[in-house]
Amino acid sequence: MAREIGEVILDLRNISLRFGGVKALTDISFDVKEHEIRAIIGPNGAGKSSMLNVINGVYRPQEGEIVFHGERRCDMNTHAAAVAGIARTFQNIALFKGMSVLDNLMTGRNLKMKAGFLQHALWWGPAKREELAHRAKVEEVIDFLEIEHIRKTPVGRLPYGLQKRVELGRALAAEPKMLLLDEPMAGMNVEEKQDMCRFILDVNDQFGTTIVLIEHDMGVVMDISDRVVVLDYGRKIGDGVPDEVKNNPEVISAYLGTQH
Amino acid sequence: MAAMPDGGALDTFPRLLMHHASVRGARPAVREKDLGIWQTRTWAEVAEETQALACGLAQLGFRRGDRLAIIGDNRPRLYGSMLAAQMLGGVPVPLYQDAVAAEMVFVLQDAGIRIAVVEDQEQVDKLMEVKDQCPDLRHIVYDDPRGMRHYTQTFLLSFDEAVAMGRIHNRNHPDFIAAEIAEGAAEDISVMLYTSGTTGKPKGVCQTHRAFIAAARGGAEFDGLKDSDDILSYLPMAWVGDHLFSLAQAIYVGFTVNCPESGDTVMTDLREIGPTYYFAPPRVFENMLTQVMIRMEDAGTVKRKLFHYFMDVAKRCGAEILDGKPVAAADRLLYALGNLVIYGPLRNVLGMSRIRVAYTAGAAIGPDLFRFYRSIGINLKQLYGQTETCAYVCLQPDGQIKFDSVGKPAPGVEIKIADNGEILVKGPMLLKEYYKRPDATAESINADGYFMTGDAGFLDAEGHLKIIDRAKDVGKLSGGAMFAPNYIENKLKFFPYVKESVCFGHGRDMVCAFINIDMGAVGNWAERRHIAYSGYTDLAGKPEVLDLIRDCIEQVNAELAADAMVADTQLHRFLVLHKELDPDDDELTRTRKVRRGFVAEKYAVLIDALYSGRASQFIETEVKFEDGRRGKVAADLAIRDAKTFPKAAAQGAA
Repeated sequence: MAREIGEVILDLRNISLRFGGVKALTDISFDVKEHEIRAIIGPNGAGKSSMLNVINGVYRPQEGEIVFHGERRCDMNTHAAAVAGIARTFQNIALFKGMSVLDNLMTGRNLKMKAGFLQHALWWGPAKREELAHRAKVEEVIDFLEIEHIRKTPVGRLPYGLQKRVELGRALAAEPKMLLLDEPMAGMNVEEKQDMCRFILDVNDQFGTTIVLIEHDMGVVMDISDRVVVLDYGRKIGDGVPDEVKNNPEVISAYLGTQH
Repeated sequence: MAAMPDGGALDTFPRLLMHHASVRGARPAVREKDLGIWQTRTWAEVAEETQALACGLAQLGFRRGDRLAIIGDNRPRLYGSMLAAQMLGGVPVPLYQDAVAAEMVFVLQDAGIRIAVVEDQEQVDKLMEVKDQCPDLRHIVYDDPRGMRHYTQTFLLSFDEAVAMGRIHNRNHPDFIAAEIAEGAAEDISVMLYTSGTTGKPKGVCQTHRAFIAAARGGAEFDGLKDSDDILSYLPMAWVGDHLFSLAQAIYVGFTVNCPESGDTVMTDLREIGPTYYFAPPRVFENMLTQVMIRMEDAGTVKRKLFHYFMDVAKRCGAEILDGKPVAAADRLLYALGNLVIYGPLRNVLGMSRIRVAYTAGAAIGPDLFRFYRSIGINLKQLYGQTETCAYVCLQPDGQIKFDSVGKPAPGVEIKIADNGEILVKGPMLLKEYYKRPDATAESINADGYFMTGDAGFLDAEGHLKIIDRAKDVGKLSGGAMFAPNYIENKLKFFPYVKESVCFGHGRDMVCAFINIDMGAVGNWAERRHIAYSGYTDLAGKPEVLDLIRDCIEQVNAELAADAMVADTQLHRFLVLHKELDPDDDELTRTRKVRRGFVAEKYAVLIDALYSGRASQFIETEVKFEDGRRGKVAADLAIRDAKTFPKAAAQGAA
C-alpha cells in the first residue's frame, strides 16, 4: 500500500453522552489517524451511530472533548464539521428521492458554492462558471463510482445497493478529508458488498481520505480496517488492530455471550 | 458531397487516414463521452496521435508482420491502435473484451502476441493472470490509468507514455513513419479476426487491406455514405461487423465514429448522438422492442390504446410507405397522424430520429421484428456475410425489401448455390487465409475459388438470397419432414418473454424445445400479476410462467401448421431452463449464438426427459461467475406439453 498512516487527526477524549437518564456513551476515548480506515463495531444499541453523531456534531456530548486537527473543543457543530472536511453517509439513506443522481451529487458541492442565490437563479456570469466547475467535479465522482448509466435517473427509482453508492457519491462530492460511513453495506448482497468494499478502499487509497465506518459484517470489517474500536452498552471494550480485537475475550463475550 | 477517395494510391487504411487528415483535417473523426461530455477529436488529431503511437510501438519492438492484440470496449484509442499497427505493416488482432482470461490464452498463443494494447485495469489483470502461459507477451499498453497506480511491473506502459515516447522518436526521425506507411501494400494483411467458433477452436481469419477496402467501398457506394454521417460504435471490436462499419467504412468514407460512455449507457448515448447510420445484431433490436413493449404495458390506458391502434395502422401500411409503394389515401393520412403522435416520438426515444440507413446482421431476424422497425419508418435493412467475407455478401437495396430474404448480391460479389443447397461466394472481399491453418483454408475455399459459407439457402426469382439455416443444422425428423431449428427458434424469440430457445428434432419423431425466459419482460409481467419470485431460477419454474410460455409456443405451432413445409415440426413438449445460457459457460458463442451441440450434450438428461414423456426432471448445473468463481444451480424442471394443430384446420387461426 502506498498510503501511509499519518498523525492523529481526530482525538476523542472521555466522551460521555446522555439522553435524560439514558447513558448512550460513557467515558469513551479513541483516536483516528490520518489516512487510516477506522471501524467502530458493537452489538445493536452499543452507541455506534451516536459516536458518529458526536464526531460530526449532531449530538453534543455532556462531558469530554474533541481534538480535531489540533483544535480542542467540547463539541463539534454540524456546519463547522462539514467546513472542516468531514462528510458522512447515513444508516437509512438520506438522499432526495425525487431528484436525479446528478442533482443529489450536486448538493454535496453546496458548501463550496460561493455565488449568491440571485446569481444562481439567473445562472449568469460567475454563477454559471462556478456551476460548470462543480459539475466537472461531480462527473469525476460519477466516473469513479461507475454510475454513468443512472446519472439522470431519480434516486427513488434505483435499487437499494445503488442508492447506497449514490449516497457515498454525495459525500465524496464534498471532497472530504474524513468520511464517516454508517453501515455502508447493510442490506446488500455479496456482490454489492464487494463493490462497496472496493470503492471504500479506492477512496482511501486514491484520495487519501480518512474513513471511519460502522459495519456489522465482521468479515468486511476485519478485512478492510486498519484499527477497530469495539463498543458495548456505550462503553469501549476493545481497541486495536483487527487481530487483537478478534481475540479480545471481552469482545467475544459481547458478541457471543459469556460461557456459564 | 466531399470527394470520395478514388482508391488509386489510397489502398491501405493508414494511407486513407493520412488522406483524411489532409483533406478534412478539421472535421470530427471520433467522439467519446468522457466525464459526461462528448469529446470530439478531428482527423488531424487522430492521425497525429496514431503516428506517435506507431512510433512508440516500433520502439517497443513492434515490427512489420507482427500481431498486436487489442482488448477492450470501443474506445477511440483502441481503434487508433489498430491503425498504428497497420502503419508499421503489422496486424491488429482484436479480442472479445468480455472473454475470461483462460479463453484469451488460445488466441494470444496462436497469434504469437508480443504486445497488447488494452483498455483498463480489468484487462491488464486478465493478461497478467495468463502471462505465464504466453511467454511471447512482452509489453502491455493500457489506455485508462485508473487503478493502475500500484502496478510496478516493467512490462506495463500507459498509452500516454507510449505516445510520448513515440512523439520524441517522431521528432528525431521525422521520415520514419512516412516511410513505414509508404512501404505498406494493399495485399498486406490488415486485420486478423478470430471466428467465434460455434464448432471447435477459433480460427484467425486473415483479411487484406484490399479485401476490407473493397467491402467498405461497395457498402459505401451502395448506400451513398457521406463524411457527415455519424455512427455509434458499441459492438465488440473483435466482431467483423464492427470492424467493417466502425473502422473500414469509417476510414474509407471519413465519417464520424462515436464511442459510448460505457456498455450500460448505450441507450442514452444513442439518443444524444442520434446516429444517421446504424448497425446492430438482431438481439439489440429485440431488446429495444422488448423495452418498448414493457414500458407500453406499464403506460396508462389511453396511451396504450393509442399505441396499439397506430401500431396496427403501421403494420398495415408503414413498410409499404417506406418502400414507396402505392397505399390508399386514408391509410396514408392515418399513418401521417400516427407519425406525429406515436412513430416520431418512438423513433426519438430509440435514438433513431436521424437514421438514414440501419443494418442488422449476425443472425436471422424474425420477420415480425424486422417489419416492426420498418413500419415505424426506420430504414432497417439486412445484410449477409461472414468473418471470412468481411461481412459483405448480400445487401438489401432500398425499396426492394423482402422480409424473408437478405437481399441481392452486393456489388462485386458472385453467388452460386451448390447442389446440396450450400451458398458459395466469390469476390474481392474473400479471406486470404486462416492463420497457420492451410488445411482449413483449403477446406473452405473450393477449386473454383468460391468460399463455402456453410449456410443453406436459395436465390428466388428476382435474385434475392434466402437463408434457410446453417447447412449442418438442417435435419430431418424420423418421419422424413425437413427440420430447420433456427427457423422455429426465431419465431419463438420474437415473443418478448422468450430470450433464447433451442429446438431438437433431428432423427426424432417430434420437435421439443428448451426455453430461456427474458428476465426483464417476464419479471415485469410477473410483478404486474403479483407473482413473487426470488430470482431467475425461481421465476423460470413458476407454473404461471410455464403457462405463459406454453401460450407463446401454441401460437408458433399455429403459424407452423399454416405452412405445409414446416407443419410437421410443431413443438410438442418444452421446458424452461433454470439458468440463462451464457458464453461464460460455453453455451453461447461470444456473439451470443447458441452452441447447439454443446448444449445438447450438457443437458442430455433434459432431452431424454423431454422425449421419454416424463413430467419433470432434476438437474444440477455448474455455473461460472464473471470473476472466475464457480457455483451450482439446481432445480426440478417441469416439462409441459403444448397443443399442436392439424395442418389444414389451423389456416384460419394463423
